[in-house]
Amino acid sequence: MKVLMFGWEFPPHIAGGLGTACYGMTKGLAANGVEVLFVMPSASGDEDQSAVKIINASDVPVDTVSTSVDEFLGKVKFIHIGSNMVPYVDPQDFTKMVEEERKRQIKNFRIQYGQKYKFSGKYGENLMEEVARYAMVGATIALQHADEFDVIHAHDWLTYLAGIAAKQLTGKPLVVHVHATSFDRSSDDKIDTRVYDLERKGMEAADKVIAVSELTRNIVINKYGISPDKVVAVHNAVDFSGRENLVVERGVKDKVVTFLGRITFQKGPEYFIEAAAKVLKRCSHVRFVMAGSGDMLNRCIRHVARLGISDRFHFTGFLRGADVQKMFALSDVYVMPSVSEPFGISPLEAMQTNVPSIISKQSGVAEVLKYAIKVDFWDIDAMADAMYGLLNYPAMADMAARCGRDEVDALKWTNAAYKIKKVYESVIK
Amino acid sequence: MKKSICLYFQVHQPNRLRLYRFFDIGKDSHYYDDFANRTILRRVAQRCYLPTNELLLELINTYKGQFKVAFSISGSVLEQFDRYAPEVIDSFRKLAGTGCVEFLAETYYHSLASLASPTEFQYQVMKHRETIEHYFGVTPKSFRNTELIYSDEIGSMVYDMGFKTMLTEGAKHVLGWKSPNYIYAGALAPKLKLLLKNSTLSDDIAFRFSDRSWSDWPLTGDKYLGWIKAAAQNDEIVNLFMDYETFGEHQKSQSGIFEFMRYFPEVVIKDGEFEFVTPDQAARKHKAVATLDVPDPISWADEERDVTAWLGNELQNDAFKKLYSVAEKLSLIHDNEQLRSDFGHLQESDHFYYMCTKFFSDGAVHKYFNPYDTPYEAFINYMNVLSDFILRVDDAISVSDVNFAAGKKTAPAKVEKAATAKKTVKKAVAKKPAKAETSTAARKPSAKKTVKTKK
Repeated sequence: MKVLMFGWEFPPHIAGGLGTACYGMTKGLAANGVEVLFVMPSASGDEDQSAVKIINASDVPVDTVSTSVDEFLGKVKFIHIGSNMVPYVDPQDFTKMVEEERKRQIKNFRIQYGQKYKFSGKYGENLMEEVARYAMVGATIALQHADEFDVIHAHDWLTYLAGIAAKQLTGKPLVVHVHATSFDRSSDDKIDTRVYDLERKGMEAADKVIAVSELTRNIVINKYGISPDKVVAVHNAVDFSGRENLVVERGVKDKVVTFLGRITFQKGPEYFIEAAAKVLKRCSHVRFVMAGSGDMLNRCIRHVARLGISDRFHFTGFLRGADVQKMFALSDVYVMPSVSEPFGISPLEAMQTNVPSIISKQSGVAEVLKYAIKVDFWDIDAMADAMYGLLNYPAMADMAARCGRDEVDALKWTNAAYKIKKVYESVIK
Repeated sequence: MKKSICLYFQVHQPNRLRLYRFFDIGKDSHYYDDFANRTILRRVAQRCYLPTNELLLELINTYKGQFKVAFSISGSVLEQFDRYAPEVIDSFRKLAGTGCVEFLAETYYHSLASLASPTEFQYQVMKHRETIEHYFGVTPKSFRNTELIYSDEIGSMVYDMGFKTMLTEGAKHVLGWKSPNYIYAGALAPKLKLLLKNSTLSDDIAFRFSDRSWSDWPLTGDKYLGWIKAAAQNDEIVNLFMDYETFGEHQKSQSGIFEFMRYFPEVVIKDGEFEFVTPDQAARKHKAVATLDVPDPISWADEERDVTAWLGNELQNDAFKKLYSVAEKLSLIHDNEQLRSDFGHLQESDHFYYMCTKFFSDGAVHKYFNPYDTPYEAFINYMNVLSDFILRVDDAISVSDVNFAAGKKTAPAKVEKAATAKKTVKKAVAKKPAKAETSTAARKPSAKKTVKTKK
């Protein structure tokens, strides 16, 4: 069985969890005898191609199939207008951006057809435009390789258009994979409708929809109106092979409770702070660390200062690479208080490093973990309780660490990929 | 009797902190950005301190005792001079030798201790007084608090330490209809004479001098004297207080600030209505016309002229509270010079200034002085450093507890470094309480001890 897969990123150059998931998934599929042709906007050439063949969309000119693509483009043209996806800009900035964008588009429009397009492959201001171009290039690639695959698999809304185009031009079945929805990215009243429309379009056009958790599956059914029998939940796995556990010398004797992630509303940082303040009232041998950055960072700093706990509550700013490992190695308890989390890889990383974790019930990963402590994100008393317990009762922390580690090690991409393969089989007639 | 002009210049540079991350806590206890501190100090020395000192020396010699100025030089900047630009100290010494320069007392670390801890405040003032004696051979008689911060209570603390004169801001909300161009008396210490800064005239030089959009640009000596005369028509004294860095650093030399300063004394002396005095002379020459009630602290900063530039938001308040929560513990540790010195440097008011969020009204001034992009970064960095410092204090306390339990027989290997310093320091500590009580005793301490801080 062969699959044409549309992704947005692939290790080693990744910005979010999507690339990591795609990497693990393709390896798992290979182990299940599925060949993957992986298309991404901007490959660098240093990707691990042992399990997949990578096609760099930036290398593919569009002109070969321009007639059939033009027809398709008629439907997606709207995206070329006002493609800036930057939330909360003030009117002046917006006018400026729109002006620049217009000038740039006029220039670029001339070279757009019959030329290679250099994708940034990032999540920048021109994201919407890149998404549309990716669709054109993706369609071209699908036509060129039409004999080489049986099914199309598209990851997240960024690639759905490419998936739809490929399906229309080749008639092959389409599977879309929902790693996150608009409802996980912002609160209900601030949904980006353009993204929502793309997501729904992709889900509707798909023969099957894979969601990363039951939580996400329910969102797909309830908020996007997709028929339940078309949506399958396949939980992510993790692949920590080749990672050594860092041994880090501790500077502080106190126990460390860590929050690591984007500091945004969806991640629930303020609940973590409130719970920390409660714990600090009861025990003094503990420090709290909030690692990461985001639009709520400054608000959180003020919050901490107002609670008067800033000598025990530290901010590290954005951590990258080895510093993330170091942070886990320094932690005694990991907390993920997400308000909404389709899956959530980070507690798995923590548990793999023998750090007991507290996770919110509103996360997909809560569905697969038994030995993580689960609380409602809003229940700061329960969260504080759990923190206190893990800090003060070694028996509990030891068990959570030991069993948690086994549990994480048992999550294999091979198993998840097997389920995905079954989905493929169900759509190939 | 001639009217008076009193010139006072503030000389200070903070010890800027290095990027100190959470991962450094408990591992690395060097807190300072030595490179930035050295670079900035050497730059300002070349542009401001050295050339301006030379100019003032020349003016003093030319006018044979008729031109006088006062300096307040923080201990923090003196340490940096010692380390990075000792020639600046020499040039201040030459000025001290003329007898026409008064050196004021302040808190050694340019700190806000007066708002937090009377004990710490007294300790730093004494330390500064000794340091000035050591370097310049003169005993400060007048006092200026960090950023001209003053309140009735601070005034009475200062008076109790033996000072008869204190400098502060002529804050409008305190003065009301009164003029800053007189000498006033402290509300709780009636014998303490207060010299009030004339903000408009001071800021004409300090902030507006090179501003070409200012309707009165360019400023000349004659024009400026005209303003002084107009302002003090029926008054007695005009106090021009400003940062010394005004000359050559804030106002670049191309702006003509040095030429202005060169001719200003000549204009004043030729005219004859005014004479130059130092704060101490001013206090002896003029009588206090009234008492000044200042229940809440004032300062020379920002539009508000209060202390909100340093203690105005929750970040600053929490950091400040956490910092001074260590003071008591620290007083139990007697033989750790390095801890003492770090505690001092962490108290420098500048660290709190960097956390200020009042961007809108005084943003330009704040930005100019700030090495951080945002107050939040300043806060995070400071709290990381402070956390390490608190850990060290706690460690030192448990060590000194162990020592005490062991009958003080053996010092642990850890404190070897401090061992040489120990003898003198212990003596100093033993003397301290007595010193704080009787100011006469404090006036003649041996200069030797202060050298310790420089290493």
